[in-house]
Amino acid sequence: MTDALLSAKGLRVHYHTRRGPVRAVDAVSFDLLPGESLGIVGETGCGKSTLGKAILGLLPPRTKVEGSLRFRGQELVRLAPAAFRRLRGEELALIFQDPMTRLDPLMTIREHFVETLRAHDRKLSEDAAADRAAKVLRSMGIPETRLEHYPHEFSGGMRQRIMIAMAVVLRPKLLVADEPTTSLDVIVEAQILEILEALRRSYGMSLLLITHNLGVVAEVCDRVGVMYAGKLVEIGPIADVFRRPIHPYTQGLLASTIHMGTTELRSIDGMPPSLLAPPPACRFHPRCTFARDVCRAEEPEKVEFRPGHVAACHFGRDFL
Amino acid sequence: MLDVRDLQVHFPVKMSAIQAVGRALVRQIRRGRTDETPVRPVVHAVDGVSFALGPGEILGLVGESGCGKTTTARAVLRLLAPTSGRILFEGTDLASLSEEAMRGIRPRMQIVFQDPHAALNPAMTIGQAIQDPLLIHREVAAAEAKEATFRVMEEVGLSPPEDLFDKYPADLSGGQKQRAVIARAIILRPSLIVADEPVAMLDMSVRARILELLLDLKARHGLTYLFITHDLATAKFVCDRIAIMYLGRIVETGPAAEIFREPKHPYTKALIAAVPVPEPGRPRAQALPRGEVPDAIRPPRGCRFHPRCPVALPTCGWEGRDFVDYLEDRRLNPETARVDETRIGRPTAWTASGLVVHRAARPDLAKLEEAVRSVLALAPAPLREAVTEIDVSAGEVAVRFREPEPLEPRPVAGRSVECLLY
Ligand SMILES: Nc1ncnc2c1ncn2[C@@H]1O[C@H](COP(=O)(O)OP(=O)(O)OP(=O)(O)O)[C@@H](O)[C@H]1O
Ligand code: SF4
Ligand code: SF4
Ligand SMILES: [Mg+2]
Repeated sequence: MTDALLSAKGLRVHYHTRRGPVRAVDAVSFDLLPGESLGIVGETGCGKSTLGKAILGLLPPRTKVEGSLRFRGQELVRLAPAAFRRLRGEELALIFQDPMTRLDPLMTIREHFVETLRAHDRKLSEDAAADRAAKVLRSMGIPETRLEHYPHEFSGGMRQRIMIAMAVVLRPKLLVADEPTTSLDVIVEAQILEILEALRRSYGMSLLLITHNLGVVAEVCDRVGVMYAGKLVEIGPIADVFRRPIHPYTQGLLASTIHMGTTELRSIDGMPPSLLAPPPACRFHPRCTFARDVCRAEEPEKVEFRPGHVAACHFGRDFL
Repeated sequence: MLDVRDLQVHFPVKMSAIQAVGRALVRQIRRGRTDETPVRPVVHAVDGVSFALGPGEILGLVGESGCGKTTTARAVLRLLAPTSGRILFEGTDLASLSEEAMRGIRPRMQIVFQDPHAALNPAMTIGQAIQDPLLIHREVAAAEAKEATFRVMEEVGLSPPEDLFDKYPADLSGGQKQRAVIARAIILRPSLIVADEPVAMLDMSVRARILELLLDLKARHGLTYLFITHDLATAKFVCDRIAIMYLGRIVETGPAAEIFREPKHPYTKALIAAVPVPEPGRPRAQALPRGEVPDAIRPPRGCRFHPRCPVALPTCGWEGRDFVDYLEDRRLNPETARVDETRIGRPTAWTASGLVVHRAARPDLAKLEEAVRSVLALAPAPLREAVTEIDVSAGEVAVRFREPEPLEPRPVAGRSVECLLY
């Protein structure tokens, strides 16, 4: 596993708030290989976006980050903001749910690209930059005639394409996509997923896809990590996790997802805990139907139950 | 119980939507001027929609954002005035009813919104919010209202009601808030509930419980639901019948089980195929429809789905702007872009006007005509075959398209489909 592109070891992110630390990411470890796509799933507030922001160096100041996060051998935890800025774009890139928040309404698409490209290569001429922009936009089905248009002149799906084009124009090694299709309709969503897939294949880029949509993960990802209340409770190859989930939370999440084959409604009792004071030991124990004394007393260790399939549950063996 | 006929809702474009027109105009000016934008543009949000809903039935209105689902629902509830059409509810036509007369009907039809957060007044306790309709519509004593409120709270799973009655929305989870909204909707014992994306904002592990509650209440009180959703999986599980909407029209409607088993309309097929399924290794949807839903200010001629339809016919409504779009497409390929630039001119040089698209040519009309012919020869077959003539006169080249075949819903395999293939 020395050749991981990104390697998280015991990563902790605690937000500083008036009511105390919010333990949004707690002791999270995983590897991401070059060219691989890893999905991160979980319900609202489980820390998915926080994990993404930690990788990109976009956490608010005063946030406590501990543990290790190595990207191509370089430690990202406590990396200086200037170094992070350079890394973003050239090596690391991101796309968000709402592209409008990242596009300047007063700038044309051409200006956006020229600015992005020249921030990383001062010597690049404006024409050369526009050329590169035209090329990557074309590969996403946007003719270069639209380079002179402003963001509001595009539909939601087009804007997301432009965001992706801007994110990948510098050929990053890793793309972090936080709910990239959540606000889109299914057909446009499928178009965007297709583009992400094609990019990953042709650029050999790794993808960290953050979403609450299990269907999207199943279509796009090689592996998937499941987060619950700041913990990465299970991670493994997509087929194993979806067909033979080990952790009771993963089992519940899969069972409660309404999909085209749903014949019976299921749900998980209770609600996710506040991350100001998460339950001790196994954080899922108040909602877990299998919980026993040991679950309330000791934090379960991560165990590799199958090759590459890791879960943190005291009774994982029972679910094999 | 509810019978909607030829419902039309057109919005004059105002304030925020002005920007949309500006956008459409700028786009048209840039890609070829057009003289068909109406002077006073209207959004054809709902454009001739008919459906019927029997007692105890759940009808799903399904479609992408902006297809007119919510507008249809709001018109049914008379939260907005329909432009034309009939809305027969329990024998009364609501379309033309006065606001005064509507007041007597309102308690019979209630709505559950998507966002329970926004639907509850943060300054009102949960109990007050739930009993509010009772105090407005029925003259009941405070004690009696409270008792009735406790009863519905129990019924929707807000228990113990004594504890929750005085809580504020901020103290409740999303799922609990939606329960409160549902309680408020059923306290007057309506017969029709319009549920507008009732679980879209809730987390996966909570959605099932809210749907269960809705189904349970229906069984218990014989409620009828108009269920609006963009989530096909939810529609499939919940609805008895569904109506698939596209740009203000219902394109396919019938029993949910039939439609999901074998969709007939090309749009329904595309929608169902595009839904991501949490089943690793499943082959991906092939041949997605191109592009996105167009502007409802100037919906495409003929079948509104024709610019995106993978199986369109020459008779489906091809028109001038489809030719301009085709020229745009050719610009995605650097090779054809370069060739077209000199021979055909930029897409913006062309003016689309209804079934015709034309361009003035100086100096050599014959050359332009030849270029148009050679480009058209490479166009997708339905577009190419819809061309009736290439007219060279008066210093311009005009490409003319045939009139679209009239389109109407037809019975197909136990449902109704609006598509020329049937
Ligand atoms: N800037 C912040 N300051 C304090 N707490 C925060 C901040 N950002 C997020 N949190 C908290 O951290 C936890 C994790 O949030 P995060 O946004 O990472 O979750 P998420 O899994 O991305 O959720 P969603 O699915 O809603 O996007 C939540 O409890 C959230 O309230
Ligand atoms: S450790 Fe115990 S409480 Fe936690 S998931 Fe496993 S069985 Fe449930
Ligand atoms: S009428 Fe049918 S075939 Fe023609 S464009 Fe519409 S959906 Fe496609
Ligand atoms: Mg998030």
